[in-house]
Amino acid sequence: MNIIIVGCGKVGRVLAEQLNEADNNITVVDINGARVAEVTDHYDVMGVIGNGATHAVLQEAGIGKADLLIAVTGSDERNLLCCLIAKKAGVKCQTIARVRSPQYNAEAPYLKEELGLAMVINPELAAAEEIARVLRFPSAIKIDTFVKGKIELLKFKLPEDSPLCGMTVREIGASLHCDLLVCTIERGDEAYIASGDFRFEAKDIISIIAEPKTAYVFFRKIHYKAKPVKDVLIAGGGDITHYLCELLDKSGIAVTVIEKDAERSVMLADSLKTVNVISADAIDQDVLMQEHIEKVEAFVSLTNLDEENILLSLFAKSVSDGKIVTKINRIDFDSVIEHLDLDTVVYPKNLTSDHIVRYVRAMTKTIGTGLETLYQVIKGKVEAAEFIVTDESALTAAPLMQLRLKDGVLVAAVFREGRVLIPRGSDQLQIGDSVVVVTNHLGLRDMHDLLQ
Amino acid sequence: MNLRMTGYIIGLLLAFEGAFMAVPTLTAAIYREPQLFLFALTALLCLLAGFLITRFKPQNKTLFARDGFFIVALSWIVLSVVGALPFWISGCIPRFVDALFESVSGFTTTGASILHTLEGMPKCMLMWRSFTHWVGGMGVLVFIMALLPVAGGQNMYLMKAESPGPSVSKLVPRVKKTAMLLYVIYFVMTVAELVLLLIGGMPLFDAINIAVATAGTGGFSCNPAGMPYSPFCINVITVFMFLFGVNFSCYYLMLHRRFKESFTAELKVYLGIIAFAIITITLNVRHLPMFRGTGEALMHSSFTIGSLLSSTGFATVDFNQWPEYSRTLLVMLMFVGACAGSTGGGIKVSRIIILFKNMHNELRIMTHPRQVKTLKMDGHPVDQEIIRSVNVYLACFFLIYAVNMLVLSFDQLDLTTNFTATVATLNNIGPGLNMVGPTSNFDVYSTASKCMLIFNMLAGRLELFPIVLLFSPATWKK
Repeated sequence: MNIIIVGCGKVGRVLAEQLNEADNNITVVDINGARVAEVTDHYDVMGVIGNGATHAVLQEAGIGKADLLIAVTGSDERNLLCCLIAKKAGVKCQTIARVRSPQYNAEAPYLKEELGLAMVINPELAAAEEIARVLRFPSAIKIDTFVKGKIELLKFKLPEDSPLCGMTVREIGASLHCDLLVCTIERGDEAYIASGDFRFEAKDIISIIAEPKTAYVFFRKIHYKAKPVKDVLIAGGGDITHYLCELLDKSGIAVTVIEKDAERSVMLADSLKTVNVISADAIDQDVLMQEHIEKVEAFVSLTNLDEENILLSLFAKSVSDGKIVTKINRIDFDSVIEHLDLDTVVYPKNLTSDHIVRYVRAMTKTIGTGLETLYQVIKGKVEAAEFIVTDESALTAAPLMQLRLKDGVLVAAVFREGRVLIPRGSDQLQIGDSVVVVTNHLGLRDMHDLLQ
Repeated sequence: MNLRMTGYIIGLLLAFEGAFMAVPTLTAAIYREPQLFLFALTALLCLLAGFLITRFKPQNKTLFARDGFFIVALSWIVLSVVGALPFWISGCIPRFVDALFESVSGFTTTGASILHTLEGMPKCMLMWRSFTHWVGGMGVLVFIMALLPVAGGQNMYLMKAESPGPSVSKLVPRVKKTAMLLYVIYFVMTVAELVLLLIGGMPLFDAINIAVATAGTGGFSCNPAGMPYSPFCINVITVFMFLFGVNFSCYYLMLHRRFKESFTAELKVYLGIIAFAIITITLNVRHLPMFRGTGEALMHSSFTIGSLLSSTGFATVDFNQWPEYSRTLLVMLMFVGACAGSTGGGIKVSRIIILFKNMHNELRIMTHPRQVKTLKMDGHPVDQEIIRSVNVYLACFFLIYAVNMLVLSFDQLDLTTNFTATVATLNNIGPGLNMVGPTSNFDVYSTASKCMLIFNMLAGRLELFPIVLLFSPATWKK
């Protein structure tokens, strides 16, 4: 597939890296030559310097033969213009635009329809949705959903005194009577796909897959807090905050926002009636104490500076034992940040690229199964994918235990006729099933890739 | 420095060189020459060494700019040393320095020789000499990259370091596909020339040798009698010498019917230089007794210009005897060289264009100090970094030149000989004037001077920087 990426910022770069699979030919476009060089020096892609919203530059980048154009420049308007021109110039070119501002977001369906966009991606909204999910279920570090929220993949960390420490994966099912599946275990820098004999230790990060209500029961049984938080303190009033407040408002969670800029504070207070807006600098400890940071059930740091967010979250961690969420823009230092033990960390840039990568993989037509959802469970190591079984094939011919699946593949859940099934070896896949697979074989497009 | 990765790539290189030696081995088998065993053994040893070394796959495949330069410089040295072994062991060239000179001259597509005569030289040795031109012309690492995934995204550093021109860009997004396309164009053009030469009645052995030597813009001849071919063949060679001196991306664009884009400023200037040189030199030499009329003068002057401008280095006539204007202009053409992204050597037309445009801008700025000027080529602004690298290239070029002149001066030869010997090796051309003219050879020089010239050829083929950096202490600092 021929892909053009307009904009070589952080997202553009991550996309160039992740989409750079065997049969994708990628061309990156940016007006800044140095940024193009940075991408072409690191990845096997071609670079074109120029304004991606002009016909001539897109021609040079080969729009005539392109299958997909992804516009991820800093400006919404330029992204939309890029897609518009690509649509007119390209013969069969699909387009994806990043649109972040809430004004345009309200019109996303209209834009998609009228401009013929294949996808409008809003990283701020996606980040807000992810944060809202963990605030509803604060024991989890991260929650990914499948089959429109019917199946959840939850990540959580085992504290020192957890009853699970010392148990094996197999014993969990037996002793807790919960229909769930342990998928992955992260211990230090190592990542494992769970097998029955794996024994848990304190500080392991575990991911499980289950129905939302089973997950709730499970967390109750292992003495985790499973109820949504009641109140949230948010530092920083950007676009994510705006979306997040709207989402939290629907769940009836009390929200306080601390925003430095007076004008922006007024705007927020105007558009979000139920939210408490404090016009002050969140980096001031007095302000935080006044808003009772030590008592709120959740603290979310969403300022524009990563350093500030990290400091705020570390401070919050030292004074309270509530839920803490940190937004990080720069993805280059994620391994260092992991060691800080910050509870939930949200990377809007990664969310954007995950969405787009999933879309691109699903574009390659496959027979038998269709890719629906894709998440990176552990970055660069483990992926979770949801497929729909559409036709008869080798996969539906025999029970799971008789299929010759590759090592490191876990058929984690099946959604069939409105019910969630944690599959056992004797179960057989049927047409119409939604199947969630967790695996360390990256780059899945089709469930048949899982067979040996 | 990623030494394990360097080792791995050298291993690959050895394996490929072993495979390339199949060509002279086959030649030796066909002509039943005693060197068959030697070539077969060397080839097998190369393959074996390459196979063993590449068993150790490096974990860390990351390359940086420094590794790119280092690997390319080292690869070419290894390539040349191994390539010299057959000449030396067989006794065809008894001294190792001479054998190395011949091998380096072959791979760097120079075509300068230390042999006094080709009489008695086995055919397989001649074939190996010519074939090294073809391998070196487009670059051996580019060849490997066309077939194997070497280092992921970062092998662009290797391609940049090995391919000629001030800025190397890809034709298509993938390095592998780009390298493949370049080699396909290269191969098809070589075969086209071969077929035309055969139609012109050239014997098969000569036709293959001449075709691969022209393609790489090398210039080793294979016939003790020089170039005793029909005018048709001479003209075919002339045209192909010009064609192999053109940037290969122009051909790619033409194949995709993007004719307007393919006619770059560089190509226009290249054609302009050719036209100017052919007209004035033909007028200058047509009265010489060596030519029977203007037609023959035109044919031979075109051939010579093509040969020297594209840095091939074939000769049909002794241009050393031409009038002073022609000799001077020919030396100037040697400095210019072919287009960037071709198989030819020299400073390259595009660098000359950038230098002149930059000079023009800077002169304007001297009189209007606040004027803002940008340098454009084909409608695109040229990056300041490229202008800087072109300037540094020129400074390096003349520094090496100065050192050369001093080293060569100890051999007590005249200035013209030394001057043209330096440009002929540094720009990978082959023959110079006077004592190193088309009818003489480089054996006039002492061993020390030959080593200097070997350095020149390698430095010239890799566009100075990789070889110069290899000898610079800063590269070796941790």
